[in-house]
Amino acid sequence: MTMDGAAVEVRPELFATEVAGILGSTHRLAALFAMPQARCVRLVAVLAGQGRLMVIAATLAEGTTSYPSVTALVPGADWYEREIHDLYGIEAIGHPDLDPLVLPLSPGSIRPRPGSGDQVDRLVPDSAPLPALVSGEGMFTISYGPVRSGVFEAIEYVIETPGEDFPRIQTRPHYKHRGVEFGFVGRSVEDGVLLAERVEGVATIAHATAYCEAIERISGAEPPPAGQFVRVLHAELERIANHLDSTIRHTEAAGQAVAFARLTLHKERLMRLRAKLCGNRFGRCVVVPGGVCGAPLIEGVEILASVDHLERDIRADLKLLMATPSFLDRLRDTGILPPSILAVRGALGPLARGSGIEEDVRRSRPYGGYRNLGFSSASGVEGDALARQLVRNDEIWGSFHLIRQALDELDHLAGVAWSAPMRTVATGTLSGEAFGWAEAPQGEVLYLVRVEDGVLTRVKQRSASFHNLALFTAAFPKDITTDFAFIEASFGLSIAGAAG
Amino acid sequence: MPWMTRGIREGIVTSRYPHRPDGYGPLFRATVSVSGGEDVARLDAPEAVAVAQLCPTGAIKTEGGIRVDRGLCVACGRCVAARPEMFSFDADFEVAALRRDLLVVSRHEEGQNDLAELREGLARRVRALRRSIHIRHIDCGSDGSEEWEIAALTNPFYDVQRLGIFFTASPRHADLLLVTGAGATGMLGALHRTFDAMPTPKLIIAIGSETASGGLLARSYATRGGIADDISVDVFVPGSPPSPFAILHGILLAIGLMPVRGSDATQAERSS
Repeated sequence: MTMDGAAVEVRPELFATEVAGILGSTHRLAALFAMPQARCVRLVAVLAGQGRLMVIAATLAEGTTSYPSVTALVPGADWYEREIHDLYGIEAIGHPDLDPLVLPLSPGSIRPRPGSGDQVDRLVPDSAPLPALVSGEGMFTISYGPVRSGVFEAIEYVIETPGEDFPRIQTRPHYKHRGVEFGFVGRSVEDGVLLAERVEGVATIAHATAYCEAIERISGAEPPPAGQFVRVLHAELERIANHLDSTIRHTEAAGQAVAFARLTLHKERLMRLRAKLCGNRFGRCVVVPGGVCGAPLIEGVEILASVDHLERDIRADLKLLMATPSFLDRLRDTGILPPSILAVRGALGPLARGSGIEEDVRRSRPYGGYRNLGFSSASGVEGDALARQLVRNDEIWGSFHLIRQALDELDHLAGVAWSAPMRTVATGTLSGEAFGWAEAPQGEVLYLVRVEDGVLTRVKQRSASFHNLALFTAAFPKDITTDFAFIEASFGLSIAGAAG
Repeated sequence: MPWMTRGIREGIVTSRYPHRPDGYGPLFRATVSVSGGEDVARLDAPEAVAVAQLCPTGAIKTEGGIRVDRGLCVACGRCVAARPEMFSFDADFEVAALRRDLLVVSRHEEGQNDLAELREGLARRVRALRRSIHIRHIDCGSDGSEEWEIAALTNPFYDVQRLGIFFTASPRHADLLLVTGAGATGMLGALHRTFDAMPTPKLIIAIGSETASGGLLARSYATRGGIADDISVDVFVPGSPPSPFAILHGILLAIGLMPVRGSDATQAERSS
């Protein structure tokens, strides 16, 4: 029933009603995906609530390729069922719109079925199954992407518009689908973390941590305290970098040239600090199963001095930015997301918190060093881009606070010479299945990892970007073309994480 | 008004690179080099296999001496940790190369007799671009970190406008295409259309080891193992991801503004 107990097994025809029955004010749909078994496929719905994960599963008999859709009862299942259809060819009967999402293939094409053991050669995407364009009097479509102006990740937004409003936007992340789920299969536990870091490169630490948490649940080799606090240190630096990046994109869109230059300066200093800690600007290869690869490369006092300096500079400039009317005017009332929609869809991260939904797995299901550290969570009310910006500002201060606490704990544990164990090495050959999670800057990252004799046989990664990008079309209730850049930046997502 | 004084109070932070050396200090892990002594070349067969197997992407080559293929290397450091006498991290970010095979490095500089010719050929093509070059970026399946590092080039530390380098929204203005990502099959059509839309002379730089080889995603059904099989690449910048300095070095190498090592003359000066 919970993550450490057995899953609730139901028949496929009861799957949707069982999932819908549990959801409500206490639980949200965290993920829905397929787990191939020996000769059949198991559908797994992960529900989060009351400090636990709960699994409801339905096994499709051999040869069965369809089941009654969950989306009709649980709107948050929409993209998950489209993804299952793309990757496994399993059809959710009654789904309102089962268009290709991450992998458009011709009908009848071989599907990659990650985790099934199938060998799959290169699959060539086919745009024919993508929906023909709309519908409605006076409506036309604008295709924006996948190559867009500026240095952005590839994604296409098909905007259906009568001229200025955006009643519907089709979000198409499939262009940069890389097949990462397939890429995990057959790798060793140690190599898996390298790929996890690249699922969503800007959230390297969060993905590596979620993956390793799952591995550690299987092996029982929990990281030593110092290793856990080093993870917190890197994770919070990653959060500040991502929140600054979202703010930078806002200032760029608003034409705030000096603010843009100032914030990119702070972000660069932060990236250089991260490089000083571990030799890599994104914290690659820091998090390993059982802890971290080693102590920071510089002393705690030097880290603290840099952190103090950074916080002082960022505070001064964000204070001024949040008092600059020509900036605030662009964010206020832009991209309003009502809490009712977000709650039903189980939205994650700063996006949800901007509308008053305080879901943060550092608090709701604390992991690693967060079990011993305190911080207040940020929350907004208005649900517009400004509320999301204010939440991110507060989270930056929260991150600085957590970094100081982690450094303090490390000072007690390890002293100036960092002389504490940083890693617990697991013994024996691993086999088992477990969840792991972490709060990325974008929201909760969830991993389900299955290992057999030390080899990964199925890894399902679910980034917050995938979950939240599904809400993009809902963020334009009364917005116009020129709001687009602000709304996109205020989502703060990574397309790599969404496209898989 | 208060914004103006903010910027002025900071002073000048901009790097003088490439005219003066710069970097992130000796602890920065820009790349992996082969540092072993003479005996390394004479590994017996089982040990050579063991050394090659240290690498999760198969970047260590052992035939005829130890070599590292930086086009495959993701700088995970397994080899450095296991065999410190053979491999080391290197803070030198000037690792971009004009040909894929030149990313394979050994302890000794290998014969690169045809390199001067290669550089001069490129220099002739891009002569008109040296004073002002416009860059367009396209993502062909990156993990998102490369985009951050490319975007960083416009921050005050790198300020590439000082070198006449500008980013442009339209391929119609672009002289140089920066490509990131493992070669996602869904982006190949867009890659060709973007390149075709650019006026000649035009260049392509592959940013990152994934773009050179596919890296950890090389064997996926959804990638092509890099872009080099699909389009002609002029410069490869290895790294996972490469740092902004490494990307800047690659751009300067492509347009012939990089000083030739061991000489004061830039190749631009030599060829004119």
